[in-house]
Amino acid sequence: MTAGVAHAPRQRGVFDRLRAFYLRSDAAKGYALLSPVMITMIVLLAAPLILLVLYSLWTKLGYGVDTRPTFDRYREVLDSKSYIDIFLRSVAMSGLVTLVTVGLAYPMAYFVAFGVKRSKFVWLVLLTIPFWTSYLLRVFSWKVILGYNGVINSGLMSLGLISEPLEFLLYNQTAVVITMAHAYAAFAILPIYVSLEKIDRTLLEAAADLGDGAWARFWRVTFPLSMPGVIGASVLIFVPTTGDYVTPTLVGGPTGQMIANIIQVQFLKINDWPLGSALAISAMAMVAIFVMLFVSAAQLATRQIR
Amino acid sequence: MSRRMARVGDPGGGLWLFAIAYLLFLYVPVLFLPIFSLNDSIFVAFPLTGFTTRWYEQMLADRDMLNALSVSLRVGTVVAVAATILGLLGAKAVTRYRMPGQRAVTAMIMLPLFIPEIILGISLLILINAVSIPLSLLTVTIGHIMLCTPFAMAVMTSRLDGFDRSLEEASMDLGESPWMTFWRVTFPLALPGIVSSLLLTFIVSFDEFLLSFFLAGQELPLPVFIWSQLRFPAKLPSVLAMGALILIVSCVVVFIAEWVRQIGTTGERKVGVA
Repeated sequence: MTAGVAHAPRQRGVFDRLRAFYLRSDAAKGYALLSPVMITMIVLLAAPLILLVLYSLWTKLGYGVDTRPTFDRYREVLDSKSYIDIFLRSVAMSGLVTLVTVGLAYPMAYFVAFGVKRSKFVWLVLLTIPFWTSYLLRVFSWKVILGYNGVINSGLMSLGLISEPLEFLLYNQTAVVITMAHAYAAFAILPIYVSLEKIDRTLLEAAADLGDGAWARFWRVTFPLSMPGVIGASVLIFVPTTGDYVTPTLVGGPTGQMIANIIQVQFLKINDWPLGSALAISAMAMVAIFVMLFVSAAQLATRQIR
Repeated sequence: MSRRMARVGDPGGGLWLFAIAYLLFLYVPVLFLPIFSLNDSIFVAFPLTGFTTRWYEQMLADRDMLNALSVSLRVGTVVAVAATILGLLGAKAVTRYRMPGQRAVTAMIMLPLFIPEIILGISLLILINAVSIPLSLLTVTIGHIMLCTPFAMAVMTSRLDGFDRSLEEASMDLGESPWMTFWRVTFPLALPGIVSSLLLTFIVSFDEFLLSFFLAGQELPLPVFIWSQLRFPAKLPSVLAMGALILIVSCVVVFIAEWVRQIGTTGERKVGVA
């Protein structure tokens, strides 16, 4: 690749010098290759997020916006009991989803990491395939299962176990939690599996030689070492579920509405984009705070065990 | 129990049962779509009343649904190619060169994976509104490219990471031009990653609902069209039929993508030995 430099003419112009610099510099070549994706993400991700922040500081005015900066939208969000209620409810539901999903995924990941000897790849593909199929349809199939005339109710009735359809199955927070625990399973299994797989097996043998039983080995060696995976999985589930729109809309009913629903209303129905932006930013800030609290608490707890 | 000492950390048989139950939990809900798409009743309920293919006939006669399918296929193809090219160039840059600020740039590229989609949707809507582009398939495609690029970048980076740089150098030393080196050495080695990235980004775009929901104009991609049909009970069976087809095709595509990626990694070892 240095052929160009060898043939450079004696009096070098600015262009030639730039070219020589480019050919010698790793950074310049790297950034030249990286620039298409970088520019794409600056235009389509960074710029929109900056605009979102700007909008949250503006005011809706008829069909347009008043661009004098103000914190009134944030005050509106913080003063509204119903918004705060939905924020806290979303966090509580996502927290429960995270707990259930990670709790179910941990033994599964443990099984693949320690129990499966040969066909690990097949198990991993089996566990991730449902994750790649349409999210909308997976949520929808839970609506079909839990519905008033749905699979569970009609199944139980045709078996003669119940005479009236059970009404508590669909359109509540439990339905949202079940549906999400199913939809986000792969997010939990993969990080936990990776952290379990990385554990040096000789550490477990050492613990056994020193007289630790199976439970003590798990609790004092395996579990603390797998905590990075558990923490990663929890964040990967908690963050997107707080902002999920499809699940609360399809199976949540009035009591299962979450943050995304109130943001969507501001953007597509009421058309108050500044308020919608303030809701979005407040929600992201709140989620970030909860994530940081959780991560530091989890790390502290892990150190306590060890 | 004490015999388990033979292999430390090996779980007992109870975990086998749990694993099977967990797989059932993952797969059974999804299987209800194909089952009821073949059931001869407009109601999605037990007991099954008989076998029929008429919901599939109804689906094939539904012009709007077929149009939405073709929209999603076209958008998915453009998005897969664009995101994979971006991901390939970006992955080549971060695996091959050392650059200041590399971590920050990589973090920004991966950021969409860590932001709720609703936030991505509304902020893109604001951007598109600010530059006064009318909502159309173009805006949907742009949004999907942003969403899919991190996936392409992740697949390509992991592919190029284990890449033996001396192969490229050998080719250059033997007198190939940079372009021929890319074409005859880099590209074939990266090919399994490229195929896998094309398939996965296509699936992500094809299945994407929320971004399309915010960014679509008159022509609706399939998930948004399906969303609009969920209100009509009479349309439900043909939606189930379409859903069943999508599930099966997605499963096959993902399996092929993973399989190709796997072949790729074993093939690479062979090249390394030779």
